[in-house]
Amino acid sequence: MATGVAPPELQKIADFKGKVDPDWCPGCGDFGVLAAVQKALVELQIPNHNVVTISGIGCSSNFPGFIETYGMHTLHGRALAVATGMKLANHELTVLVTGGDGDGFGIGGNHFLHTMRRNVDLLYIVMDNQIYGLTTGQTSPTSRVGMKTKSMPFGNIEAPVNPISLALAAGATFIARGYSAEQKHLTELIKQGIKHKGFSFLDVFSPCVTYNHDNTYQWFKPRVKKLEDDPAFDSADWTAAMGKSLLWDDEIPIGKFFERTDVPTLHGAEPVLNEGPLVRHGLRIPVDTARSFIEELM
Amino acid sequence: MKQTFAIGIGGAAGQGVATPGDIFAKIFSRRGLHLNAYNAYQSIIRGGHTFLTIRTGPEKVTNMGDRIDLMIPLNQDTMDRHLGLLSAGAACIFNADTIKPGTPASGVQLCPLPVSKLADITRNKVAQNTLAIGAGLSMMGIGFQSLEDVIKEQFQKKGDAVVAENVGVARAGYDYAASNFKPFSNPLPKTENRYAILSGNTAMAMGGAAGGVKFYCAYPMSPATGVLHWMAAHARKAGIMVRQVEDEIGVINMAIGAAHAGVRSMCATSGGGFALMSEGLGMSAMIETPVVVIDCQRAGPSTGVPTKTEQGDLWQMLGAAFGDYPRVIAAPLDIGDCFKLIPEMFNIVDRFQCPGIVLCDLLLSEGRLSVDPKDLDFAPTIDRGELITTGNGASSESATNGGYKRYLITKSGISPRAIPGVPGYTHTAGTDEHDENGVLISDEFTNPTKRRAMMEKRMRKMGGIEATVPPPALLGPRNADVTLIGWGSTKGVIEEACELLNEQGISANQLQIRWLVPLHGQAILDILKGSRHTIIVENNYSGQFARYLRSETSYVPSGYIRKYDGEPFMPHHVVEAVKQQLAGKTNLSVPVHEIMV
Repeated sequence: MATGVAPPELQKIADFKGKVDPDWCPGCGDFGVLAAVQKALVELQIPNHNVVTISGIGCSSNFPGFIETYGMHTLHGRALAVATGMKLANHELTVLVTGGDGDGFGIGGNHFLHTMRRNVDLLYIVMDNQIYGLTTGQTSPTSRVGMKTKSMPFGNIEAPVNPISLALAAGATFIARGYSAEQKHLTELIKQGIKHKGFSFLDVFSPCVTYNHDNTYQWFKPRVKKLEDDPAFDSADWTAAMGKSLLWDDEIPIGKFFERTDVPTLHGAEPVLNEGPLVRHGLRIPVDTARSFIEELM
Repeated sequence: MKQTFAIGIGGAAGQGVATPGDIFAKIFSRRGLHLNAYNAYQSIIRGGHTFLTIRTGPEKVTNMGDRIDLMIPLNQDTMDRHLGLLSAGAACIFNADTIKPGTPASGVQLCPLPVSKLADITRNKVAQNTLAIGAGLSMMGIGFQSLEDVIKEQFQKKGDAVVAENVGVARAGYDYAASNFKPFSNPLPKTENRYAILSGNTAMAMGGAAGGVKFYCAYPMSPATGVLHWMAAHARKAGIMVRQVEDEIGVINMAIGAAHAGVRSMCATSGGGFALMSEGLGMSAMIETPVVVIDCQRAGPSTGVPTKTEQGDLWQMLGAAFGDYPRVIAAPLDIGDCFKLIPEMFNIVDRFQCPGIVLCDLLLSEGRLSVDPKDLDFAPTIDRGELITTGNGASSESATNGGYKRYLITKSGISPRAIPGVPGYTHTAGTDEHDENGVLISDEFTNPTKRRAMMEKRMRKMGGIEATVPPPALLGPRNADVTLIGWGSTKGVIEEACELLNEQGISANQLQIRWLVPLHGQAILDILKGSRHTIIVENNYSGQFARYLRSETSYVPSGYIRKYDGEPFMPHHVVEAVKQQLAGKTNLSVPVHEIMV
């Protein structure tokens, strides 16, 4: 370079390589999600210290340990609540929440619902394998009717959650579905989800090769159809998105179902944050303000 | 004996008991008088029965006291329930149109107000209340101007006509009493002092603001909701992010998320909400992210008695969340202390990176006390401990060479804490057991040596905390007939009981515990070695503190005074129990509460 100013160091895949290698089973769909997230962060050139990856508990929730960003491996089902606090305290951070279907739609269902309606600006990636893996194979909220597991050996008799329809109903402002075997497509969805200002929900089919013998790579391959390939589909059309979300069995859509950009984010709607991230605010209450608080009581 | 004057106002919820209470409180505090207010109420929005006691005097008033000097029943029910509480010298002002008096004790003055003759009750629905306030102040010998000023402030938004009408009604009550009722024998003095009147909930919220709290979240739950209300109302002026969350599980996790980002973060709840927070407390300890949780105790178990006080959550605090972990628990001693304790607690949890619990109760949370404004210090010491931020000169990546260890094993157990966003310090904070780098050792990497080292590192912090918080001290004469041991909110009532006992020739002193964990057991034993007769006084059934003290020190006191009917102790409850126990009649007293609400 002719001038003396060094160019900013580019983020590389290696910068996002975690301190340890993933301990997922060989063939697990989560490897594909990890790789796609790393690629997306490199393509978006977000420095790793400005990213916080927050998870709950489960196989996929071990994710933060396998990526080099700031990370939190929290409690089962609670990642979204923790992430909301994180984002409100420092909204300049890119917040990724990673976890599984049991974590997000079962034990964490309440937080899922409320984080969507609040439009917290983060990307929530659910590695949906339709089974509980870390507890060695029980029915999950997305297990299909009839599926036999250790906890329902005679077949599941409960209707599954439809995460996409649920997110549409709850007011999520970015809703997509990916498939871990579709790397390029998934990476693109992750990038869009990070860039979206508001709550981005990305449900990813991430097959469990050990415990789910129904929804395998072979099962998904002929069924998944990219929404982007349907010229008639418009992801700004909520009703159309709801229609697509109901498809299953023969044709399972993946891609961006819905996005709207006219809803303020939670941090954007709160004037307390007008002067910048909370974490940089001074700790002291100005003397006059403090005095007014006391005078109210006199 | 201190000069005090207590007013009891009773009625159905929704009948406007609070407004006369507020007016009296304002007038007393502007006269430079201290006051203590306690509202006995029920979990009902309209109806039921509520009884507010406001006790005032020139010296510090620490509790509701034993005596009611003036009762204002707003309905027949109040008259029927409480007239019997009045003794010689007391008076009862009531609406003669709607309320029939009973037979009072001798020396009690009945003061019937002909309300419909003194005011146009078709226009003014609260005329009876305003007349009674005017009459009461007249009998106390307080000039009318002070009432006129308060009424003006109260009604100024509604326009001059409303102000004039209410001033007129108050004046009618004032003048009627002057010519028809006997004034109280000791008029209330005036001082140059000025006090702030606040509840414990307001005090804790303000203490948080003073202590640098930037994030507060909660789910509404009596009696903790007042903290949320103050925070929400003042959030924008104070620069605090305040959120109402879907449940208490969300609350604790959101609070920890914000704390992990680097701000001081607080939440408040009662026993039921706290139960939902337990797992989160363990997370705070495990990932070493400090958070302060306030538990405002109410009578349990389960939904219990939501509007009544108790000190029944101690063992829940001691045992909250599974596993061993460092925690700090303190119980504020009075409403002023509710303010002061919060910044202190934050300094400790920031330094030692662990959860801190403030164990308050309904008596303080919803009671009100006059506090010297100087004691509401908005510039307390703030010590954030070993925190690495870009703002405090954190070094770049090159300085750490990737060698930063979030959970570095140190002698103190404290590891420097980097917050997200600082270059060069990326790490994962895991609720699984982890090594110094934060890498999980709970899955395939399970390692007994590392587990033991981490456990010991975290628990070493308790030694530092114990050295930081002061041991309790004995109040009153060293060499006394009896030592009363209490914790938290009973400080005021035990103090007054000791004064009464001393006046009656029984010398008494007091050991009041503020820091529950760490307890300073040896210091307590050293103090109690010099005591002749010891009695533990607490607001619960099983003697939770007594059991805790015994488990920590093997100490067994001479006796116990307990109360678990939902209402706080009154001084005479303690005095009478002490006398019985010193006479050898019992070693467990359960006083009966006389005010039926």
